[in-house]
Amino acid sequence: MIGGLFIYNHKGEVLISRVYRDDIGRNAVDAFRVNVIHARQQVRSPVTNIARTSFFHVKRSNIWLAAVTKQNVNAAMVFEFLYKMCDVMTAYFGKISEENIKNNFVLIYELLDEILDFGYPQNSETGALKTFITQTGIKSQSKEEQSQITSQVTGQIGWRREGIKYRRNELFLDVLESVNLLMSPQGQVLSAHVSGRVVMKSYLSGMPECKFGMNDKIVIDKQGKGGASEEAAGKSDLGGSGGGGGKQSIAIDDCTFHQCVRLSKFDAERSISFIPPDGECELMRYRTTKDIILPFRVIPLVREVGRTKLEVKVVIKSNFKPSLLAQKIEVRIPTPLNTSGVQVICMKGKAKYKASENAIVWKIKRMAGMKESQISAEIELLPTNDKKKWARPPISMNFEVPFAPSGLKVRYLKVFEPKLNYSDHDVIKWVRYIGRSGIYETRC
Amino acid sequence: MTDSKYFTTTKKGEIFELKAELNSDKKEKKKEAVKKVIASMTVGKDVSALFPDVVNCMQTDNLELKKLVYLYLMNYAKSQPDMAIMAVNTFVKDCEDANPLIRALAVRTMGCIRVDKITEYLCEPLRKCLKDEDPYVRKTAAVCVAKLHDINAQLVEDQGFLDTLKDLISDSNPMVVANAVAALSEIAESHPNSNLLDLNPQSINKLLTALNECTEWGQIFILDCLANYTPRDDRESQSICERVTPRLSHANSAVVLSAVKVLMKFMEMLPKDLDYYSTLLKKLAPPLVTLLSAEPELQYVALRNINLIVQKRPEILKHEMKVFFVKYNDPIYVKLEKLDIMIRLASQANIAQVLAELKEYATEVDVDFVRKAVRAIGRCAIKVEQSAERCVSTLLDLIQTKVNYVVQEAIVVIKDIFRKYPNKYESVIATLCENLDSLDEPEARAAMIWIVGEYAERIDNADELLESFLEGFHDESTQVQLQLLTAIVKLFLKKPTETQELVQQVLSLATQDSDNPDLRDRGYIYWRLLSTDPVAAKEVVLAEKPLISEETDLIEPTLLEELICHIGTLASVYHKPPSAFVEGSRGVMHKRLPARTGSGESTESPDVGAAGGSAPEAAPSIIPSQGDLLGDLLNLDMAPPTTSGPPPPSTGMQMGGMDLLGGGLDSLLGGDIGGSPAMGAGFGAAPAVMPASLNAPVGGGLGDLFDLGGVGMPMGAYIPPKIVWLPAMKAKGLEISGTFARRAGVIQMELILTNKAMSVMTDFAIQFNRNSFGLAPAGPLQVLTPLGPNQTIEVSLPLSTVGPVMKMDPLNNLQVAVKNNIDVFYFSCQYPISMLFVEDGKMERQVFLATWKDIPNDNESQFQIKDCHLNSDAASSKLQGSNIFTIAKRTVEGQDMLYMSIKLSNGIWVLAELRVQAGNPNYTISLKCRAPEVSQCVFQCYEAVLKN
Repeated sequence: MIGGLFIYNHKGEVLISRVYRDDIGRNAVDAFRVNVIHARQQVRSPVTNIARTSFFHVKRSNIWLAAVTKQNVNAAMVFEFLYKMCDVMTAYFGKISEENIKNNFVLIYELLDEILDFGYPQNSETGALKTFITQTGIKSQSKEEQSQITSQVTGQIGWRREGIKYRRNELFLDVLESVNLLMSPQGQVLSAHVSGRVVMKSYLSGMPECKFGMNDKIVIDKQGKGGASEEAAGKSDLGGSGGGGGKQSIAIDDCTFHQCVRLSKFDAERSISFIPPDGECELMRYRTTKDIILPFRVIPLVREVGRTKLEVKVVIKSNFKPSLLAQKIEVRIPTPLNTSGVQVICMKGKAKYKASENAIVWKIKRMAGMKESQISAEIELLPTNDKKKWARPPISMNFEVPFAPSGLKVRYLKVFEPKLNYSDHDVIKWVRYIGRSGIYETRC
Repeated sequence: MTDSKYFTTTKKGEIFELKAELNSDKKEKKKEAVKKVIASMTVGKDVSALFPDVVNCMQTDNLELKKLVYLYLMNYAKSQPDMAIMAVNTFVKDCEDANPLIRALAVRTMGCIRVDKITEYLCEPLRKCLKDEDPYVRKTAAVCVAKLHDINAQLVEDQGFLDTLKDLISDSNPMVVANAVAALSEIAESHPNSNLLDLNPQSINKLLTALNECTEWGQIFILDCLANYTPRDDRESQSICERVTPRLSHANSAVVLSAVKVLMKFMEMLPKDLDYYSTLLKKLAPPLVTLLSAEPELQYVALRNINLIVQKRPEILKHEMKVFFVKYNDPIYVKLEKLDIMIRLASQANIAQVLAELKEYATEVDVDFVRKAVRAIGRCAIKVEQSAERCVSTLLDLIQTKVNYVVQEAIVVIKDIFRKYPNKYESVIATLCENLDSLDEPEARAAMIWIVGEYAERIDNADELLESFLEGFHDESTQVQLQLLTAIVKLFLKKPTETQELVQQVLSLATQDSDNPDLRDRGYIYWRLLSTDPVAAKEVVLAEKPLISEETDLIEPTLLEELICHIGTLASVYHKPPSAFVEGSRGVMHKRLPARTGSGESTESPDVGAAGGSAPEAAPSIIPSQGDLLGDLLNLDMAPPTTSGPPPPSTGMQMGGMDLLGGGLDSLLGGDIGGSPAMGAGFGAAPAVMPASLNAPVGGGLGDLFDLGGVGMPMGAYIPPKIVWLPAMKAKGLEISGTFARRAGVIQMELILTNKAMSVMTDFAIQFNRNSFGLAPAGPLQVLTPLGPNQTIEVSLPLSTVGPVMKMDPLNNLQVAVKNNIDVFYFSCQYPISMLFVEDGKMERQVFLATWKDIPNDNESQFQIKDCHLNSDAASSKLQGSNIFTIAKRTVEGQDMLYMSIKLSNGIWVLAELRVQAGNPNYTISLKCRAPEVSQCVFQCYEAVLKN
């Protein structure tokens, strides 16, 4: 198991050091600094073995978090824990920075004492932790409060406390997708996938039982055979505004769920039922690869004119309903290292050559569907005797569109709270679809 | 929000000031001071001097302050054990507190204080807390048992905590169950043979129920524990799999990987024709792909594991090639791993796509990555025959870029392509030769030289090319030197007329001017071959080479099986068994995949068989990849020693091994020229060092055969009685006893294997660690039938003396590894050195005399043999049975002096003088040898032979 946990600043000074196991000595702190933080080479692996001691590290801005062990630990668990640790710290004091860590070091030690015992991760749900680890010092609690805390920390529903009350029962669903693409210069799709998340913000009283439904092909096909559709009511108030058109159902390659979702039920019936944590949570993640709507197509044309000049022309085409608007469009065209000057002409938006980034950055605020725009640039090169050819990094793109490129639609989200007297109809529900670019690249 | 100020104070007299503040009456000031102490502790300052003052702050109702003091205690208690006792009362009191959070905090902290006196006080509170009404306290207490066990294992057993812990597996609270499982698993690891976890269908059922309810971390503990269970039959296996599969949809990657581990392991037991089996296979792919959208560090862990899974069950991911395509922004460690998996998944169906990608990668920036991409193109060519042509042309394109490291890497892989498809792509040689000058890495130079030598007859200026390398011969690395030597000999055999001068030049460079034994030996072999029998030389040097294997870097199957049992853990990231990086007893247990139990013994699907089975037979492959594992006895490749197939063409191992038996013995070998009649004749030309290295194997081997008639076998050689080498207790029921014998010139290890376990044992294999005399099995261990319970089998294993040599202490110690279907076992035994006495050990009188004088008196040792009632003649003939030859006998004043000679299998001579006085049962023996280390062993043999 984890033998110790260290946090360093960018210089390699220790900010937090907590040792859980006897086999980890003080010299381990220095070993990591010398061999990893101060190493001349770029980091070649997130796991480093120094003198039979293994170090796992992640970096958040310029802060290093390192977990240390001498045993054959579950490596995936250690990294998951480190990420979780970052989440918990962010939830408590915001951005992970040297200043914030120094300002909250007592709190961090308290957290580390609670969420890691003898190197075994314990309940690390922020919702539960915040009930008894507070920055203001522990309040004196009544006996009931105490047992409520412990039963929540150890209980089956460790992520939600009892007795939550809201005047207005409300929930927000965000379907956030990032669409990834790798396209060849000839316009052939080399790989494309959507990784999506369903984020739920809920303000519901009591212990609400929820059931979530989407246009999952497996479910729809099953119901199609069964005949009667029971979800007619739910459908009416949650109709999504899909961009690509009338796809009935989508094939989901794989999905994973927040720990509140009953996995065995999903496995057996493919229904998603759960009691949500209060406030925000990431209900599910999914991945699709089939029939993805690619919101933009990039058509590059690079011509080398002699040894000192390069002509670049890039056309982008939007590929969704004309009534929808894409936003925050940015096209990044890499330029060679020996670029001396660039002249750009674009029809729409603004384009600039950024020497420090070795790229031409073309920004367009808004663009409707089924349109096309173009940029052309002349790049002057300094003559070099460098034999190595320019590697031609791919042209990348960023954007945001108001639909789900995977075609996913929320069909319903039903809420049942048997003990309190509010019904599914009383809950106000909001659904929003946002598609963003992930790694959206076209080789040139 | 200004706690950062505590980090800044570094002025003198700080400790003194802190002391005052700690003893202040004001609570706030106290707390501030403790915070400063903790901050100093964090940055590494020694604040242990404040121990009593900090401990005084412990009794407080402020929980935050209490926690800080506890933190301090955990750090410094060990250095101040006496004062730590001061804290005990507070702990004990806190364990009774009404607030469960405080009870848990106390028991949690107490377990972290590693002071003997404190642990004694811990027992009672811990016992109470294990049965506390509050689950939060119970789950903390469960972990505390593991802590206590780490400090004092005996105490935990004596106090009966293990039983209480076992009871907690049935606790109503899932988190308590999870922590109990974690604690028990950890304790069980340090008692590999105890049945601590006692997994049975009932307890498994409890675990599976808790699995659905506990936190993500608890699920990991439980799944990792489940993976150690071996289901009784395929039905139980299937039902566990069914209940574990839902975990594949968990958001936590570690839960997913641990579930994959359980499934991969239990799948082994399912019959392959079962519908469920193929369903399960299909279910495994999507979650594995999803892992690749996690954060880069987790992707890395996932990819290292996928690499194992793809080797074990290639069918799972064979259609998922695209997800392993490298993204421009991937960290380098992810890129390299993806590339590895791409090569493994490459097949005829996707090769076009893969090649297009690889070509793209070869123009990237990172040098390591580019190299690997180029190498990958070559691997594709070898793996998918249809693509070979395209691969070669891609490689040629890359060579045209003239980027130095790309060219070198390309040449290295083109050499392999030539090996795989001989006489097919020679047209590219011209292009390769153009780049000769730019090669500066040994591997690339060696590859190029190999190509020139191999195709010498088609390269007009081959002699010029090779000659150009010869100029700086001594500055080259060994790899290049060896290759150059072989290439020139090949060239000479192909074009003898023009290259005689060249070959002489290289032979003399290799033999006379080099200090490298490998190089020298290879030089001599070629020299001898060429001068005695050029036809034989041609047959040897230009022999058809064995095909190289398609797959490279495959993990050896037993290791792979073990690593599959460790999916998700560090072992799977390092691709090494835990014993290679974990100290102490933890994790030394070798895990194995369960055997299939279903009656339908269906055969392995062909592609699995090909991937899994090719490694052991691929011994002659020219791309060995497990170099780091070889030699380490723990990681011995347990495949039986190669009985067929030529030795690796690239090394002169056997010869190289013989002339180093500890530095001190080297000189001895050189001095014995007169002793071996086999050499000398016809080799006057070669320098005198040469016989030294050749003498031993030639003399030893031939002598056995030829001298038999002359010496005869008057009586059997001495054979010690069989003793138990490996008791059944240590080897999971396998008992091995045995002895060594020399029968008709062949050394034999005679073994009795007894199966004292309840299950059948099969797949026996044996291997020796390096030893003083290069003993090695000359064939596989012949246990052809499975060994049933309570069965015994006698086996005799012929041994050779041409194995790798390493000096042991004692000299005749032999470390042996025996493998069967259950595990690998290690034991060491001592052999009588008499079995190494060869049959041609009778020295000429004159030589004896000269040698006796020649050996310095320092090397003489004297021993007494007591209570021996043989007369000198009887002793002499008895000794002759064990190849100790009497050369002369002299009687002086009623005392018989016998002069004897012995020759060891590695060519060492031992001369002896045995004095026998009539009527005196005590013999005196003087031994003289250039390697005095052996004297003790030889004496022991005398004693053993004479007294039996």
